Amino acid sequence: MLSLRIVRRIARGLPRSLGDPLFKGLSAVVAIGVVALLGIITLVLAFAAEPSIRRFGPSFLAGGVWNPVPPEVFGAAPFVYGTLVTSALALLIGVPISLGIAIFLSELAPAWLRIPLTYIVELLAAVPSVVYGLWGIFVLAPTMRSVIEPAVQATLGFLPIFQGTPIGSDKFAAGVILAVMVVPTISAVSREALLAVPANQREAALSLGATRWETTRLAVLRYARAGIFGAIILGLGRAVGETMAVTMMIGNRNAISVSLFDQGQTIASWIANNFTEAGPLELSALIELGLVLMLMSLLINVFARLMVRRVLRRGEGAA
Amino acid sequence: MSAEPEEIVRRRSRVGGRTVLIAVVAIAVVAVVLLYGAFAGWFGGGPITLVGAGATFPFPLISKWSSVYVNRTGVRVNYQAIGSGGGIAQITARTVDFAGSDAPLSPTERAAAPGLLHVPETIGAVTAAYNLPGISTGLNLTGPVLVEIFRGNVTMWSDPSIANLNSAVPLPAQAISVVHRSDGSGTTFVWTNYLHRANAGGWGTSLVGKSISWPVGSGQLGNSGVAAYIIQHSGAIGYVELAYTVQNSMTVAKVRNPAGSFILPSLNSTAAAAEGAAPSLPAPDADWSQVSILDAPGPDSYPISSFTYLLVYKELTVIGSSMTQTKAKALVDFLWWAVHDGQNYSADLVYVPLAQAVVDIDAFALQSIRYNGQPLR
Repeated sequence: MLSLRIVRRIARGLPRSLGDPLFKGLSAVVAIGVVALLGIITLVLAFAAEPSIRRFGPSFLAGGVWNPVPPEVFGAAPFVYGTLVTSALALLIGVPISLGIAIFLSELAPAWLRIPLTYIVELLAAVPSVVYGLWGIFVLAPTMRSVIEPAVQATLGFLPIFQGTPIGSDKFAAGVILAVMVVPTISAVSREALLAVPANQREAALSLGATRWETTRLAVLRYARAGIFGAIILGLGRAVGETMAVTMMIGNRNAISVSLFDQGQTIASWIANNFTEAGPLELSALIELGLVLMLMSLLINVFARLMVRRVLRRGEGAA
Repeated sequence: MSAEPEEIVRRRSRVGGRTVLIAVVAIAVVAVVLLYGAFAGWFGGGPITLVGAGATFPFPLISKWSSVYVNRTGVRVNYQAIGSGGGIAQITARTVDFAGSDAPLSPTERAAAPGLLHVPETIGAVTAAYNLPGISTGLNLTGPVLVEIFRGNVTMWSDPSIANLNSAVPLPAQAISVVHRSDGSGTTFVWTNYLHRANAGGWGTSLVGKSISWPVGSGQLGNSGVAAYIIQHSGAIGYVELAYTVQNSMTVAKVRNPAGSFILPSLNSTAAAAEGAAPSLPAPDADWSQVSILDAPGPDSYPISSFTYLLVYKELTVIGSSMTQTKAKALVDFLWWAVHDGQNYSADLVYVPLAQAVVDIDAFALQSIRYNGQPLR
């Protein structure tokens, strides 16, 4: 508190004309600093990954084997595949549930329920991932193995993605735990977006005779879609970068297979698993894997932005 | 959007003010903490702190030593369990005073850090743990059968190769589900070395290491992850450090040793293995990469065990200016205590105490440590 008072006193002592330029300068330094930091991180990663890049070249991305025993061979394909599959699965399961929660909290819930529920959802978003992982390994995995996966197989077993023996730690289980983890994030941020929709939007729709559902769909969701899209991207970020919970649920097998009931592996989980005991070349390959993950995140973000822009433009045309 | 209510704008600015306040307070707190950290060294010399890093396996034992030792002598021991690979990297870069490693230095690693001594600190045994309903601990298995299971050639518990070793046990016609470590680990190093030893043709050198490309099975993180998987999955088999199987009361296999007996893993049977191997150990500063107490001689020796090592420089001045003569003396004294009195704490934590023959080898190694050419012990 003392330092705060000092800062205030100094600030008061400054001539008025200095305040704004100073503020502008400081903000600019911080903003440029973040960009510079990203650049430096990328450079350092690229530098450290250089031995692996030189040795394996583009075959690193296509390679399906990761063997640190000499002669060392490292390939990223199973991890890229596992990351994409589990994240997509997480969004597929998680987004509809999150939107349901967000709509209920902002549009439908009575006031006495709204506040405690909102609080709980936001609390869930702050639970550390290792806690989800432990819950996954001791509660979700046995349930998946004995109840959920056999049920899915009984009804949808003809699909190639649901074949094989369900053992409860596989890509499907990892997708489910990721869905559980992204739901609080997506629903909390989506709820904010829905709340930001002006009340007169709703009133206008209702006054035209729209039902509750029509109002929500046409006036509220459409108005808030940019925010909802942002929420989904945030959730995707959590799913793509998750390590502990995935490691504990995915079965950790470096193979590409169609069935979700087979074990797999993701980039983030693999890096976390092998960093401590890696030799020099393996370390370099793990860092290259980190670069691949950064590149993937970048591509996903760019793609998402393009999509948001397209959706928004279409919305303007319709309005 | 043009009709954005003024109220929102006002609310935003209010939130903004509070955010700035919180940010300023946070920055101030961080600054104070950092300043304290930077200048803490100025306030008096403080107690001696020995810094080590490396293997996670001996971490519970070393932290027990550390807490006992600081009360006895005032010397702090700060051991960071970052993994054997990380420990070797740090001692090679001379950023720590000693390292812990589950595997001896490879010739390449040794060349990068000349003058590092191997000091066996404790012994680990790796068990073949399984989960078969109705079948208790002590199923008979052999190295070659384990190779076939972990290669995926033997897939049923009722397979004749297992049934022949266990004529009295009604084995179920159940699928075997293999589980291994997903993280790089000294336990994997010991286990894959054992499989290679049992059948070099069936388990080639490309499958030996801290982390390998597994033919079959699913991976779990850490001994605890593998243990949890086995406990949950009927039909599962995996390799787990002895301490975890004891703490979780898991069912484990008896493994046949070179003398032909099927031996249950325990503190005693592992100690017997280390005792049997002691006469063949090299000089402390020699190449230890071939050292192994797998398949150790002796009728009661459990065949799958290994030393875990402390790595310390023979000439401590190479660490640099942070290594004073006082600190060097404290380091050697601590290591001396650890391999002697420290061994009394092993059994409670399910570590195998070093056999006397090995303690003698360690004592010889520690006596050879110098500071500026002067002996410290």
